[in-house]
Amino acid sequence: MVKKDNLQAVAEAKNKWETGTLQKTIGKYPERHSDFMTVSGSPVERLYTPQDIEELDYLEDLGFPGEYPYTRGVQPTMYRGRLWTMRQYAGFGTAVESNQRYKYLLSQGQTGLSVAFDLPTQIGYDSDHPMAEGEVGKVGVAVSSLGDMEVLFDEIPLGKVSTSMTINASAAVLLCMYMAVAEKQGVPWKDLRGTIQNDVLKEYSARGTYIFPPSPSMRLITDIFAFCSKEVPRWNTISISGYHIREAGSTAAQEIAFTLADGIAYVEAALKAGLHVDDFGPRLSFFFASHNDVLEEIAKFRATRRLWARIMKERFGAKNPRSMKVRFHTQTCGHTLTAQQPLNNIVRVTLQALAAVLGGTQSLHTNSYDEALGLPTEEAVRIALRTQQIIGYESNVAETIDPLAGSYYIESMTNRLEKEAADYIRKIDDLGGAVKAIEQGYIQREIQDSAYRYQQEIESGRRTIIGVNKFQVEEKSRSKIMKVDPAVGQSQAQRLKQLRKERDNREVKRCLAELRRGARTDENLIPPIYRAVKAYATLGEICDVLRDVFGEYRPTEIV
Amino acid sequence: MRKIRVLVAKVGLDGHDRGAKVIARAFRDAGMEVIYTGIRQTPEQVVAAAIQEDVDVVGLSSLSGGHELLFPRVAKLVKEQMGDQVLVIGGGVIPEDEIPALKEAGIAAVFGPGTSLKEIIDFVHTHVNRAS
Repeated sequence: MVKKDNLQAVAEAKNKWETGTLQKTIGKYPERHSDFMTVSGSPVERLYTPQDIEELDYLEDLGFPGEYPYTRGVQPTMYRGRLWTMRQYAGFGTAVESNQRYKYLLSQGQTGLSVAFDLPTQIGYDSDHPMAEGEVGKVGVAVSSLGDMEVLFDEIPLGKVSTSMTINASAAVLLCMYMAVAEKQGVPWKDLRGTIQNDVLKEYSARGTYIFPPSPSMRLITDIFAFCSKEVPRWNTISISGYHIREAGSTAAQEIAFTLADGIAYVEAALKAGLHVDDFGPRLSFFFASHNDVLEEIAKFRATRRLWARIMKERFGAKNPRSMKVRFHTQTCGHTLTAQQPLNNIVRVTLQALAAVLGGTQSLHTNSYDEALGLPTEEAVRIALRTQQIIGYESNVAETIDPLAGSYYIESMTNRLEKEAADYIRKIDDLGGAVKAIEQGYIQREIQDSAYRYQQEIESGRRTIIGVNKFQVEEKSRSKIMKVDPAVGQSQAQRLKQLRKERDNREVKRCLAELRRGARTDENLIPPIYRAVKAYATLGEICDVLRDVFGEYRPTEIV
Repeated sequence: MRKIRVLVAKVGLDGHDRGAKVIARAFRDAGMEVIYTGIRQTPEQVVAAAIQEDVDVVGLSSLSGGHELLFPRVAKLVKEQMGDQVLVIGGGVIPEDEIPALKEAGIAAVFGPGTSLKEIIDFVHTHVNRAS
């Protein structure tokens, strides 16, 4: 980046500055700490200079937007063409209530939907299953059958919106329900745009909504890859997620590494299933967190793009440039929200969202300020959406591409994070890949260690959290909290009872038997799941067949 | 003197176990014996584990809203099967106005987001000693 003789001069001048100007000041006014660190605990130097990016080769390492290695962004015009998709994750209670919230969000200028399902739906239980008790409609909407899905998307034109669904172990079933609603609306599958999370590996390591053991889970995922590449070509078949890994406590480098290691495992599974890397590579998408350390986060997003592009090109021989692009969604970090002085969270979310935008995200969810207290209220959700709109329309940061490129600090941190993540990935390769590393508890242990260290830093006061361990105030109790009607469970049970009475039960039985036969072979399971969904077989019934054939995952807990 | 024995448990379907694992390690570093159940436990499973491990404290965690129904159920089963000596505490994203009902149901303390580990450890030390 810098001429060699120039570099020599900079080194000498820096030395002179350190022993002269700097020493004089530090002698009189010591710095706040003896050492400084990022939110991830990495050292932060006092000053970065051309010396720190001596090795950086502009054309090789940065390049141009829309071109390999995509460090500067995946689109040639980035936000000058179109702002990121503002996509608020929402869903609660019944399909009727969530449908109303989606219509409200769309009327407020939101540009894509993001569906939160409740835990029973995510774990493949109908709302009336004993394990579902107390959880129905709580963290998302309850969907037990195609009937619920039809209500959820009532009057929402599926050919026009893009829909992201946070669904993993039961993703195949929910995707089939979405396809069935589209068919009913007369929307061809080739026009459907959206994403299913479908990333089961991070469920084992960080998020917890697994159902089946790794091997059949990987098969369901590659079945979806294969089916959609032909039938639903614009659908993002997976959102390989670092978000939950970060939320579980990882550092920025671990977030990159464990996410991309999962990505590598999916690519290898799909190759093993006989797919070609450029058939499914372009439909892989990603999901990351944005934490408080604005500059570290920006570097993280840039490092991730470069590292994945290199992996896809060099390791897997991808030829299609689209296979090399990290297109990603970002959500601000939920665990950074405080219950204390909750309005301060608006500021935290603003900073985190800014980092995501400066890091080149394709879509963004901004958290609501009241989420450490309970489900977000409508007012809080609106402020969260407005936060994105103010960044997009007023702050002017979106007018030029990758504006922080060339900063000595940002570039050296981008290099460091890429290297640290690559080192972790090598370690995971040595353990036999992400699945083995998870089975051995390696990834979970790494995340837990980081989480514990972070908490201890808060305890000791080394890390300041405003309102929690510094600048506390006495607070009045907070009244406005959004509640889910506790009758949701009963009304869902009632709906299910009626459904089971009214549908053609012979057809349901036939479809489930066909699914069972398919699950025992290696045929693609999406067509039989689709037929079962269309016959109004419930989510629980379909997942029970698969549980029977595949078994259930039982983790070993290490603390 | 016998070390304080704690069962840290995730009830319901919630998979958010960062807090549960952090507090489990903090209890251990504070000199207690800690057993962690893992996620997705029913109240019955939690109490069976508490009996088997002969614990002094059951620490429940839920961030999904499942606490409303499941915490009181654990407290009731603990009381029925283990008596009043066992301390049941809980944590997670729990709206303030739901805390009185949980205390009424036998949850000795509810620790929300931002609670320091020290506060929870101190609470356990004080209340377990008092009980025994």
